[in-house]
Amino acid sequence: MSGVQRSDRGLKRTSLYEEHLALGARMVPFAGFEMPVQYAGIIEEHRAVRSRAGIFDVSHMAEFRVFGFGAFEFLQRALTNDLRKISEIGQAQYTLLLDEQGAILDDLIVYHSGDLEYFIIANASNREQDFDFLKRQAPDDVELVDESDRTALIALQGPEALRIVSELVGPDWIAPDRFCIGEGLLDGAVPCLIARTGYTGEDGVEIVCRSSDAPVVWRLLLSFSEVTPCGLGARDTLRLEMGYHLYGSDMDRGVDPISAGLGWVVAKDKGDFVGHGAVQRIRDEGPERRLVFLSVVGGIPRHGFPVLHGGVEVGKVASGTFSPTLETGIATAYVPAGLSSLGTTFEVAIRAKKASATAVKPPFVTSTSLSGVQTP
Amino acid sequence: MTHPNDRVYSEAHEWVVVEGDIATVGISHFAQDQLGEVVYVDLPSAGDALVAGETFGEIESVKSVSELYAPVSGEIVEVNDALGDSPETVNASPHGDGWMVKIRLGDATQVDGLMSAEDYDEFVAQG
Repeated sequence: MSGVQRSDRGLKRTSLYEEHLALGARMVPFAGFEMPVQYAGIIEEHRAVRSRAGIFDVSHMAEFRVFGFGAFEFLQRALTNDLRKISEIGQAQYTLLLDEQGAILDDLIVYHSGDLEYFIIANASNREQDFDFLKRQAPDDVELVDESDRTALIALQGPEALRIVSELVGPDWIAPDRFCIGEGLLDGAVPCLIARTGYTGEDGVEIVCRSSDAPVVWRLLLSFSEVTPCGLGARDTLRLEMGYHLYGSDMDRGVDPISAGLGWVVAKDKGDFVGHGAVQRIRDEGPERRLVFLSVVGGIPRHGFPVLHGGVEVGKVASGTFSPTLETGIATAYVPAGLSSLGTTFEVAIRAKKASATAVKPPFVTSTSLSGVQTP
Repeated sequence: MTHPNDRVYSEAHEWVVVEGDIATVGISHFAQDQLGEVVYVDLPSAGDALVAGETFGEIESVKSVSELYAPVSGEIVEVNDALGDSPETVNASPHGDGWMVKIRLGDATQVDGLMSAEDYDEFVAQG
């Protein structure tokens, strides 16, 4: 039985759908799935992750396995980051999938999961596009498998996360280093991949398991009183506080990595790769616009709201929300490159009003649990 | 019973309590629950006119924005300024400290067109 089922409305459901309903989640359509946006409340869930631990069902995301003798060369050519940086099995990296024109097709995490083998997590809404794009380029000695339907992904994030996992796996478990992945047997019974990655800015793990095992994993994690179930709402406020990009809001096919501030994910000296020439030209000439991070006072910025400078509209809000930690508005926006310096002041048109905004350096919030954790 | 029967309710989920010719207006328990945690309330000023059916402010939760619709017409005589610093009061006490404006009723018979608590509960239950 596949882990993904469809509702009457044609929306897909993860194998944790019934768990969400039982917990009183408010479900919303997201990337073709019926997903929980919140349980008790976004702010409460957000604070639980910053102070203790929260779990997220992110099984809607896509998972691909790439293996074979040519896997390294293939991905080194298909993706922007330098795969040599994760030459050891168990390492992971953030990377981008570009087209030949340098447009961002998706952002991905690639795990070096085995000998001649890589595991990729992609955005749910880009699953078919990414898979087809990679498949077209894959040489004969590389197998590409879409494992999304039979794979569940549960994130456990927060200062207490690693302690909880070690209690579930056993005292001999050695947590993988930050941005690394290892194997684990939860509660002596459920085989999982446990990656020390996440999208909240807190220390924690992302647990990959079979869809059919996901409800067991979910309940095991929830059996700890420190663990709060969290929805997509808190995931968005947490990631934006850290200045992490969201595909579809902060970038899409209309944006290149340099404008998006993701030049650091694009290797400079690994040889040719898809989109290399286009990105190099933008790097040399400088982008026309850049993504800035705005601290906003006097209202809550939302996606699409106009951003003004000197009374003239110069851009629109890409991502915007209320920061539960700072208790103020925070946003990203694309503005002309000449206006992208830190400290530049803008106004955000929030319906009839104007809120003042200042370009600041991300992250908006410094997380506590990751300070002192080594990041490659 | 989530909605007290000492007041009347509009289809836009505002409530009205009338004392003399002064009507106090807020949003219902159901409305605040649907919104989630309220983080911003934008209200008009004392002296402004309220026209039944028109918007008089906005209320924002983390993920959504909703307009406030005047259930009755009149002149605003007092605004709950405390909500500026403590918007979460709307969640904690929607029918009490989370009130929004007090108005001097222009036409007291407008209140008759609003729903009783019982009718409102049924209205909400029907979705």
